[in-house]
Amino acid sequence: MANIATRIRRVGLPRLIVHLSVLFIAILWLVPTLGILVTSVRDKGQITTSGWWTAFSSSTQTSAGRLGDPSTARQEGANYVISGSVFEDGQGGTVRAFGVRVQEPSAFPADEPADLGEGETLTVKPDGSYVYTKNAPFEGSRGKRIYLSVASPPAFTFDNYRTVVNAEGIGQAFINSLTVTIPATIIPILIAAFAAYALSWMHFPGRTLIIALVVGLIVVPLQMSLIPLLRLYNEVGSFFGTSSKTYAGIWLAHTAFGMPLAIYLLRNYIAGLPKEIIESARVDGASDFEIFVKIVLPLSFPALASFAIFQFLWVWNDLLIAIVFLGTGRDQLVLTGSLNALLGSRGGNWEILTASAFITILVPLFVFFALQRYLVRGLLAGSVKGG
Amino acid sequence: MASQIVSAVGVMIVGVFACAFYYWLSDKLLNLALPVRDGDVTQASRNLNRRATVRPWLFLGPALLLLGIYLVYPVIATFILSFYDRSGVNYVGLANYRWAIFDDGFRQSIFNNILWLAVVPAACTFFGLVIAVLTDRIWWGNIAKSIVFMPMAISFVGASVIWKFIYEYRGAGQTQIGLLNAIVTFFGGDPEVWIAMPFWNNFFLMIILIWIQTGFAMVILSAALRGIPEETIEAAVIDGANGWQIFWKIMVPQIWGTIAVVWTTITILVLKVFDIVLTMTNGQWSTMVLANLMFDWMFRGGGDSGRSAVIALIIMAAVTPIMVWNIRQANREQGGH
Repeated sequence: MANIATRIRRVGLPRLIVHLSVLFIAILWLVPTLGILVTSVRDKGQITTSGWWTAFSSSTQTSAGRLGDPSTARQEGANYVISGSVFEDGQGGTVRAFGVRVQEPSAFPADEPADLGEGETLTVKPDGSYVYTKNAPFEGSRGKRIYLSVASPPAFTFDNYRTVVNAEGIGQAFINSLTVTIPATIIPILIAAFAAYALSWMHFPGRTLIIALVVGLIVVPLQMSLIPLLRLYNEVGSFFGTSSKTYAGIWLAHTAFGMPLAIYLLRNYIAGLPKEIIESARVDGASDFEIFVKIVLPLSFPALASFAIFQFLWVWNDLLIAIVFLGTGRDQLVLTGSLNALLGSRGGNWEILTASAFITILVPLFVFFALQRYLVRGLLAGSVKGG
Repeated sequence: MASQIVSAVGVMIVGVFACAFYYWLSDKLLNLALPVRDGDVTQASRNLNRRATVRPWLFLGPALLLLGIYLVYPVIATFILSFYDRSGVNYVGLANYRWAIFDDGFRQSIFNNILWLAVVPAACTFFGLVIAVLTDRIWWGNIAKSIVFMPMAISFVGASVIWKFIYEYRGAGQTQIGLLNAIVTFFGGDPEVWIAMPFWNNFFLMIILIWIQTGFAMVILSAALRGIPEETIEAAVIDGANGWQIFWKIMVPQIWGTIAVVWTTITILVLKVFDIVLTMTNGQWSTMVLANLMFDWMFRGGGDSGRSAVIALIIMAAVTPIMVWNIRQANREQGGH
């Protein structure tokens, strides 16, 4: 292995180019996910005013403020002065510039006296305090409207997550997703493992035919099943006088749709177990049931784990089966379904979408990084064998 | 909330036990029904044979039942429904097929599907191969591989949100918060509504699937590349072949079979692509594909089972050659076992 690698290395592109291109590819693949991760912890206001790639530098935004009203003016010598802060309570940032017309919010730089004409002078300091001076009494009853160009420091917050988990129903959807995924991952394994054992180590007429059927069913598009099953579910539902959209229904659907690949993967593995072990157990008088439970099942752990990861990712990430076979009520909507619904109802609210999206991909990403080895092994067993 | 999780775990435990109990009980019952006693030798051996005949079917039973109800029966039922009207009651002959041939939406979907089929499997396989070759040569290659492989774990809906954010559009003059428009405006271009550009928007949706699936192609092709016998490359090096020649003339031909597997696997996936189109455009701006058109007809105006059945059958027809090829491949392997 290492030998071949060195050999190819010697004849290939210059090393630096390889390093740079792989770096470029890695960044290209990572940046999209990074974008929503960074955005999901940014302040809601900053998300809309600057790109997420500037999240770590200050962002500049335009805001409006009002100076104190003329009644607060006090006289200083020949001049009348109003002073205070342009920021309302809780608002922070650094004033970069200000203006008195909405078209020119940055007409005057901060910290320098600006001549507004008619004997008026306004100075706004970076910290927001201002001094507004006029050589005659101020008129009118309301304070002067001014526009500010405010630089706010990077602001990170978990508020977005708090909002989506509670108010947007993502917390409940997370529970619903777990409710769908846990049984729909575990139950098919057992059923498929028994079938795989029968198809590998038991002899009966029609075995080849069933194997061919299973292989064929792997690629049958889900779309073929939807209409008849929807009708069947409705009939069964009305027969029992219950809703046709139940958790039991989707567990069975996921179990069945995962079955062909499960049987195929597990059969490939179980059929490859050493013949001697099984034969000698038979000679010792063990029944098939005992051989399966005591020998085959423990030995097949890697294959079972591979399939479990596949099935978990597939069920957790599925949208089609969930929206067809499960209701859209709050207690049944899974994560993918609610994310899809949010895309419709909260299309522009990126603080909500990114936080929700990150919650939906959190669990699969964790499973992926923790169990990548088994996932790769399963992929190889499922695909390279066919070639 | 917590009670729901408890009930899910409960179901899992009950389900697993029920399954295990079924296999255990059916095995016991079989042994009881066909006893093997020491006395009558011929009876005992006949019963042993009978047990061996019945037992495989007890093991296979639940799996076959599920496959039958959820996959085999629906395929037949969908075929029959395609000859019936929207409610599935009245026989209409080939009317649904005739509708499909002349329907603009259907043609649009077929066209888009062909576009997807032409671009996505090729792009994934190509990038997968290139990345596999490049990452095999450097010490941090496995980290890069993990990064490229990672989107495999992300749902299509999640990926759609991720990419919708990249394609986000703000009017000209405003700060662009979408990465793509920010780059375009940085270089002096005008921001575009990428997912609403006719024809080209298909490609912006395809990028999402390519981003997800390249990792799959990379992992499998990388394993195949490592399986290439060292001698072949050694011989090529001695003969003075350069890297480019070794790659195209020595390595690629030897992994041709694996490339075909990767290509067909992604082809099947592309034929069923649904989530991405649903969440990105819902078929607007001429991005409709077959799976979404079918879903649309399943529920549009109370649902039209005849027309959606026809669309499902078209998808089925497209995967059938791959299915036949897979079965023949599996049977060939079977012979060796």
